[in-house]
Amino acid sequence: MIQLENIEKVYRTDTIQTLALNSISLDVEKGEFLSIMGPSGCGKSTLLNIMGLLDAPSKGGIKIDGQSTTNLNDKQLAAFRNKKLGFIFQSYHLINDLQVLDNVELPLLYRNTTAKERRELATEALEKVGLSNRLKHFPTQLSGGQRQRVAIARAIVGRPEIILADEPTGNLDSAMGNEIMDILLQLNRTEGTTIVMVTHDEHMAKKTHRLVRLFDGSQVQ
Amino acid sequence: MLKNYFKIAIAVLKRRKFFTFISLFGISFTLTILLVMTAFIDKIANDNYPDRKRDRSLYIAKMELKGKESMNSAGLSYYYIDHYIAKMKTPVMVAISSGFNSTNTYVNNRKVTINYKYVNADFWNVLDFEFVEGKPISKQQTDNAERVTVISEDMKNEYFGEGSGPAIGKYIEADNIKYRVCGVVKSLPITAYVLYSDIYLPITTTKTKLDADKGYLGGYGAIVLAKDAADVPKMKKEYAELTAKLPIPGKEWDHLYSHADTYLEGYVRTGNEKSSGMTIVFTAIACFALFVMLLPTLNLVNVNITRIMERSSEIGVRKAFGASSKTLVYQFIVENLILTFLGGMIGVVLSVVVMYFINDADLIANLNLRLNFTVLGYALLTCLFFGLLSGVYPAWRMSKLNIVAALKAN
Repeated sequence: MIQLENIEKVYRTDTIQTLALNSISLDVEKGEFLSIMGPSGCGKSTLLNIMGLLDAPSKGGIKIDGQSTTNLNDKQLAAFRNKKLGFIFQSYHLINDLQVLDNVELPLLYRNTTAKERRELATEALEKVGLSNRLKHFPTQLSGGQRQRVAIARAIVGRPEIILADEPTGNLDSAMGNEIMDILLQLNRTEGTTIVMVTHDEHMAKKTHRLVRLFDGSQVQ
Repeated sequence: MLKNYFKIAIAVLKRRKFFTFISLFGISFTLTILLVMTAFIDKIANDNYPDRKRDRSLYIAKMELKGKESMNSAGLSYYYIDHYIAKMKTPVMVAISSGFNSTNTYVNNRKVTINYKYVNADFWNVLDFEFVEGKPISKQQTDNAERVTVISEDMKNEYFGEGSGPAIGKYIEADNIKYRVCGVVKSLPITAYVLYSDIYLPITTTKTKLDADKGYLGGYGAIVLAKDAADVPKMKKEYAELTAKLPIPGKEWDHLYSHADTYLEGYVRTGNEKSSGMTIVFTAIACFALFVMLLPTLNLVNVNITRIMERSSEIGVRKAFGASSKTLVYQFIVENLILTFLGGMIGVVLSVVVMYFINDADLIANLNLRLNFTVLGYALLTCLFFGLLSGVYPAWRMSKLNIVAALKAN
C-alpha cells in the first residue's frame, strides 16, 4: 500500500547539515497495522510526515497504492491526501473555534459533498468513536481522550485507505490510551484500514502487526 | 463551504476582541472620512440643480491677459459676451450673469445682507430653476429694464419672514432700489458659485451702462447652450478658434486665455490658464484617498498576518486534510471580506451620523449631504478594495507555510 524507496531527509541550515533519515526502504501492506518506534529525534515523525505527503524527502521515492507521488503539484497532493489519507496527531490539532461536528466534517469540505451528506457522514464517524452525544460541543469542553476520539472521527470520516497516527496516545493516561488503541485496532480489523502509528509505548506497539525501529535516522529493525 | 468560512470568521472575530476592535475601527473610521468626502464631491459635481442641461452647456467665466511683466485675470465684459460670444454659430442660447455682489438693507430695524446678481432673459431658459412661486423675469421685462426680481426661497423667508404668505408683488430693496418680486425659486448652496444668489435682477437694470466698457474684461460670465450634447465639442472648438483670433488689447499683453469649460472643468480651473486643472484635482483626490486608506490598510495587513499566523495549526490541519494553498487563500480572503464588510456597515452608519451633524450644523446653507446610491456604491467598492488589499498578502504568505512547520508551531 505504501512503498518507500531509499528515502533520505536532510535538514540544511547555513552551516549545518543534519541527516534525519538515511536510506529508508519500507513496504506497508494493505490492511497492515504497523508501528514505528525509536528514541526521541530518531526521525519517526519525519518518516510519518513523508509517508503522509506532508513533507518531501530530499532523496528517494514514495508510492501510495501503486501511484508515484514524486511529481505531484500542490493541488494534486492536496487532493491525494484528501482521498487516500487520514491523520491523527499527538496534540489532536482540532480547531477550537468550530464545534465537534464541524471539526469532523473538515476533510469533506474539500470534496464534492453536500452539506447534508457531510452532516450524515460526520455523525456516523462520531458514532463509531462513541461521541454521538457531543456533536454541538466545542473541543475545549472535552477531555483529552474525547478530543482524540474526535480527531479519529475526523481522520476516518472520508473513509481513507490509510491512517497515519503520530503518537495518538502520547498525551493520554493509560486507560484513555487503551481506549484509543482499541478504536484503531477495531478500525483495522473491521474496515481493513492500513494504519501506520508512531509510538513510544512498547505495550501499544505490541498490539500491532509489525514493528519498525529507527535509530539516528536509520532503520534498525 | 461558505457557511463554514462564515462560522469560523465570526468565531475568530469574537475570540480576538481587541484585534477585531482595532480592525473594525480602522476600516469604519477611514470609510467614514471617505464617504463624507465622496458625498461632498458628489453633491458638488453631480447635483445639477438648476443647470440640468449640463451635458449641453459650456461655461465661460474668465479671461486672462498675460504680458512679460504683468497679468490681468477677471470675468468677462458684457460688451465682449454680446459682441463675440453671442455671435457664435453653435450655441442656441447664451445665459449671461454677473458675479454676485452684496448689499445690506434694513427690514424692521433688522439688517439683512442680500447677494444680488444681474442676469439676462435667456438665463431663465438655459437654466431650470424650480419656481416655488411666480415665474421668471420675461424678455420683455428685461428689455424694458423693469425693476422686477426673482428671489430665493431662503431670502423670502429672511426678508419677509417665514409663513408670511406669497411674496409675489411685494417689494424687496437692494442697493437702495426697490424691486418687485415676480418669482421665488428653490435655494442653491453657495458652492454652486456661478449660479448662486439671493436675488436675481434684470441685466438691464445695472447702474452702469452695459456696453460702456469696450474692453474684454468685466464682471460677467456666460453659459453657452448647444443644440445637443454632440455639439458641445464643436462649440468648444468654435470658442477656442474665437479666442485664438481675438486681437490682443494693448502692447503690455502678449497672450490671451479664455476657455469654454464643462461644469467640472470650470469648477476646478486653477490659476494656470494653460490647463484645466482637472488632472491636478483628480490626482489630489486620488492621492488623498490613497493616503487615507493606506495607513489603516497597512495596519490591517499587519493585524491580519498576526491573526492568521496564530492559526498556523488550523492551516496545517486543513492542508493535511486536503486543502490546497489556493483554497486556503480563498478562505482567508473571504474571512477578511466579512470583516471589512462589517467595518463597512459600521462606516456607513457612522457616515450617516456625521452627515446628519454636518447638515444640522448648517455649515454651508442648502448643501444637504446625504448618503445616496452613488456614495453607497463607492463605499462597497472601497470595502472590496480594502478587503482584498489587506487580505491577499497575509493569505498568500500563510498559504505558503510548510505543513509540518505549521503543525509544530502550535
